[in-house]
Amino acid sequence: MSTQTETPRDLRIRSRWSPHITTIRYIALFALVCLFLIPVYVLLVTSMKDPSQVSPRQMWELPQSLSLDTFRTVWPRLENGLQNSLVMAVPASIISSFLGAANGFVLSKWRFPGADIVFPLMLFGMFIPYQSIIIPLRQVLADANLTNLLGLALVHIIYGLPITTLIFRSYFASISDEIIDASQVDGAGLLRSFAFVALPIALPAFAVSIIWQFTQAWNDFLFGLVVVTRATDWPATVALNNVAGSQVVPYHEAMAAAVLATIPTLIVYILMGRFFMRGLMAGALKG
Amino acid sequence: MEPVGIRLENVTKRFKGDVLAVDNVNLDIEPGEFMVLVGPSGCGKSTLLRVIAGLEEVSGGRVYLGDEDVTTKLPQHRDVAMVFQSYALYPRMSVRRNMGFGLRMRRTEKAERKRRVEEVADTLGLEHLLERRPGALSGGQRQRVAMGRAIVREPKVFLLDEPLSNLDAKLRVTMRAQLSLLHQRLGITTVYVTHDQVEAMTLGQRVAVLKDGVLQQVDTPTNLFRHPVNLFVAAFIGSPSMNFVQAQVANGSVSFADVTIPLPDDSPLAGSDRQVVLGVRPTGFSISTGNGLPTIKAVPDVVEDLGDERYIHFDIDAPRVDTEATRAAVEAQSIEDILLLPEDKARFTVRLPMDTPVTAGQPVTLAVNPERLHFFDPDTGASL
Repeated sequence: MSTQTETPRDLRIRSRWSPHITTIRYIALFALVCLFLIPVYVLLVTSMKDPSQVSPRQMWELPQSLSLDTFRTVWPRLENGLQNSLVMAVPASIISSFLGAANGFVLSKWRFPGADIVFPLMLFGMFIPYQSIIIPLRQVLADANLTNLLGLALVHIIYGLPITTLIFRSYFASISDEIIDASQVDGAGLLRSFAFVALPIALPAFAVSIIWQFTQAWNDFLFGLVVVTRATDWPATVALNNVAGSQVVPYHEAMAAAVLATIPTLIVYILMGRFFMRGLMAGALKG
Repeated sequence: MEPVGIRLENVTKRFKGDVLAVDNVNLDIEPGEFMVLVGPSGCGKSTLLRVIAGLEEVSGGRVYLGDEDVTTKLPQHRDVAMVFQSYALYPRMSVRRNMGFGLRMRRTEKAERKRRVEEVADTLGLEHLLERRPGALSGGQRQRVAMGRAIVREPKVFLLDEPLSNLDAKLRVTMRAQLSLLHQRLGITTVYVTHDQVEAMTLGQRVAVLKDGVLQQVDTPTNLFRHPVNLFVAAFIGSPSMNFVQAQVANGSVSFADVTIPLPDDSPLAGSDRQVVLGVRPTGFSISTGNGLPTIKAVPDVVEDLGDERYIHFDIDAPRVDTEATRAAVEAQSIEDILLLPEDKARFTVRLPMDTPVTAGQPVTLAVNPERLHFFDPDTGASL
């Protein structure tokens, strides 16, 4: 009777201070987000400001007008570099990931005598600073006539192997040995177990590995500068450096070029990111 | 296809760090036989199965499939099929591709592959699930797919590694019966590993009991139950387990606490005078009717009603048998058999029909069937 007229009660379990806590929490989070996004804000706004409004002193001033003109001006200077980077980074990340997958597979699921020595040796590669090998590297590539995009891709493939191997080894170690045993009993040898059973399961590891490798290769400046001789072969990072100029820095152009150069890595992340969120192993084992 | 037998000759497997997992096992499995390997966890039964599959190298000995020595052959060349405890289905393949994988690897023609997969899917009731991924199946369905994947291949030998242990209790009982039927229909030599002695007894034509990598006894379930060769097998097989008590044999009878039971005249122990471990199954007792059978007076402290039978538990005023063998056997049983309260007295469990009038705390007189007494050497554990 009376219960029917009663308004629905809030049945959530919470502390007395809960409404205030929630408010404070959101304010704090918002403040932190703003702090982190300041550089991005400056980057975007400066790239779209009118050139007359661009200088370090006017950095914080609100723009009077926004336009994409600057992007149009820098595009021709960046176009070739972006193309080069793409041609170099896509194969570099894919090939390095495949080799890493093969390494990871034999180091965790199809073990060979000495695997425990080989793996740490490979990991050492991750801790060799670029700078320490750059001169002999350049020398070797020059002798091999590889001071071009192909040589650069090769460098990134090899320099990426330790990390891609680590990614795949950890991933394969987390899947059940019984799946590989089953494929062996079913009649698959090393290659077919890898190709038909292990590789399809490893899609999330591929996503991680490709995102990582692509970003590494794309963002690299040092190798690009040192390895590649001809200006027409320069990757985007080197082109970007040239836009940033000499005596007078055209900030709006540098920023616009930087925005353009970031887009491909963002696209890769958006395309691949959803794969490693998903549990692709669901249902393989008892579950 | 003619079924083939499996012969293990002096098979030994030593893991790194000198762990002896399988110790000089000789086992002859007949063509078409359903052989169960049973034992507590860590007894080497799974290792032995993996040795037969070729997933594990032997450290010594030989493995034969039929007349062929396969000791050093790769698993993919042995023509065995295996069902794993985790099912190990390929997660990125549909049920159809999972089941057809073995045929695909053996380069069976596509049409033939399709025919065989569908035929097996039909018999296992999987035909409507063929296009699904394993992730979209229930536990029981995954189990059947794993079975199907093995059957499709029409292998020489089936190897099953605790295939039912991930199912819930009810499904396990139905699947057990299904497995028996399937084996009858296909007639393929099957080796089945389990730690569950009930599964072993119900499924196996013969059962091999292993402990610490050593084969204890290979026999039919009935013989294992009636004539265990040692204390471990006696304690391991049967549920509830056999009751044990330290006893003395003298003058043609065996005595413990205040009980004396005359031995049958043909008993090999009739003339001896020694210490023994006496074992009696929970079913070896009945309520005394005064028909001349020897009796035990007992005061049950717990009475468990199971609907059509009841178990009574009581103490015997004699030391508990606590050897390495009985302990290993108890640990292998399900949790219900592990003692909550440690006891130093022997404790008996007796199964009685439901209509027996017993109440906890009220003394009863139980008759013991002298035919059903088991005697073991207290030192070696061997049956006497």
